[in-house]
Amino acid sequence: MKSLKITALCLSLIWFAGCTTTGNNQAGADGQNGEVMVEDRTGETSGIGDENASGTGIDGAETQVIVGEGDYTGDEINDPNSPLANRVVYFEYDSSAVRFEDQATLEAHTAYLGDNPNVTIRLIGHTDERGSREYNLALGERRALSIRQILMLQGASIQQFQVTSFGEERPEAEGFDESAWQQNRRVELIYIGQ
Amino acid sequence: MTKRWLTTITFLGACLSFQAQAELVIDIVGGTEAALPIAIVPFGSEGPTAPINISEIISNDLASSGRFDPLPKRDLISEPHEKSEINFKDWRLLRSEGLLVGKVSTEDGELHKVQFQLFDVYKSQQLAGMRYQVPAGGLRRLAHKIADQVYEALTGEVGVFSTRLAFVTEVKGVDGKKRYALQVSDADGANPRTVLQSKQPILSPSWAPDGERLSYVSFENGNAEVFVQEMRSGRRNSVAAFKGINSAPSWSPDGTKLALTLSKSGNPEIYVLELASGKLSRVTHNSQAIDTEAVWMPNGKELLFTSDRGGRPQIYKVSVDGGRAQRVTFEGTYNSSADISPDGRTLTMVHGFKGKYYIAVQDLQTGTLQVLTETGRDESPSFAPNGRVILYATEQRGKALLASVSVDGEIHRRFGESGKDVREPAWSPLRK
Repeated sequence: MKSLKITALCLSLIWFAGCTTTGNNQAGADGQNGEVMVEDRTGETSGIGDENASGTGIDGAETQVIVGEGDYTGDEINDPNSPLANRVVYFEYDSSAVRFEDQATLEAHTAYLGDNPNVTIRLIGHTDERGSREYNLALGERRALSIRQILMLQGASIQQFQVTSFGEERPEAEGFDESAWQQNRRVELIYIGQ
Repeated sequence: MTKRWLTTITFLGACLSFQAQAELVIDIVGGTEAALPIAIVPFGSEGPTAPINISEIISNDLASSGRFDPLPKRDLISEPHEKSEINFKDWRLLRSEGLLVGKVSTEDGELHKVQFQLFDVYKSQQLAGMRYQVPAGGLRRLAHKIADQVYEALTGEVGVFSTRLAFVTEVKGVDGKKRYALQVSDADGANPRTVLQSKQPILSPSWAPDGERLSYVSFENGNAEVFVQEMRSGRRNSVAAFKGINSAPSWSPDGTKLALTLSKSGNPEIYVLELASGKLSRVTHNSQAIDTEAVWMPNGKELLFTSDRGGRPQIYKVSVDGGRAQRVTFEGTYNSSADISPDGRTLTMVHGFKGKYYIAVQDLQTGTLQVLTETGRDESPSFAPNGRVILYATEQRGKALLASVSVDGEIHRRFGESGKDVREPAWSPLRK
């Protein structure tokens, strides 16, 4: 029953996103209400060869969650057969609408996040290389926000989410054809601390 | 006999063109038919030889513009270095109207005295001439500066050889990880210097109008943030690190403000940041659309930007004070990455149709659109400060490289492959 409701919501989001961007818009409005805006102007550093420029805190984005037998603790998040083991969802070109294929995955994550209010997740949006880099940066964020909106449908709070976009800067597949591009139009779901 | 001669000439030609390619950073790939012949005599030298061949740099600059065709050295009938040594009657036998001569003298090994004179050989008249004193480190820039003066004297347009380019390079290390660098080079691609290195992507460099500061986007802290960096000191500041995207910086013509894209409201919107006070004002308010890539009109009162408020990305114009945005582009399904010519008349952009992306120009008065490039994978167009040439990023055999095209689409150039992926070019303003 729960599951049906999500499917219906996902479907309506797809419909909305297909026509206009109302779906994302909703996510944006949520973000406005719940987020603390941090103004950070303290980052004064020297220029070339600066230590800060080596990039900290992001290495998590490259880490794959390894589900080893020894790590198995009984939490369903670690069950390799659960739809929760799926941590990437894909998109059509210039679209942030969820595809039918990813619904089961998103339903499982939505329920898990709703049931585990202490769990936090990072959503990283990506695009393929076509078009402008700056537009793609925005499109990657729109995709991540559209996933966040779905993942909040079963009681998860906005504090459980971190949203980042890398636009077209971190392709999963190198290449200049649709088979590479479709692997790159994605949102990665990364559970923090796992 | 004739055949053997032909073979010899072909062979010589092949050697010459090979040598030219090895010397030039830039390949001209079209549009040289209408180039103006010019005689450039190798500069004379007194004292120790200067570390840089000035007349060669000038010659390469002028040739690379596609608008000049320097005569081969073997065609030069003599090697004068100043007016008293020129027999104008002899030079009139050549097809070239312009004659450039000069000399370099090095007295104490540190300071170099350089002088040049440009003549119209038919009128026996000097068109331009200067005398300079520079340290060895300034010789390359001086050579570009002389090329600018020759260019201006003969075309009536401002030369841009002494300007600079900023761009981003990407290399994959032996560990398989990518390294990014923000680099600044001379306008001919030579003399590249790294101003920022990072393990995370760098995007969208934008020159301050004084040519002394760059703004750019860096992911070094895990999220897109905007920085401003001084070229001389290397000192830099994070100027926007709000929650969400901080990107697409563009300097106001007076150098006091940056237009930015921020998604701190939950949606990407255009803002203007006053650099001295940190005061932020929001320009766009369309929370359903992506609004990004703002660029200032030369009047400092309006911005062009990319928005998908109409369904697909198109270019719009809006007052810096906000208000209603006007749509500017109508042809094609995807128009983005606008840049504006210094006179405010011509818009260049990435123009997409049928899944391919080209560099195009649009006359803002008439609305006429012209597609300038052919590869279908072109991005990030940037006007030269004389409005004559557009620099952009493209791909060739899987490698990202820079290329340029004249605004009339006639002259195409490609910057030589450097083994790195090169992209995100930004042409500097004119240097004082």
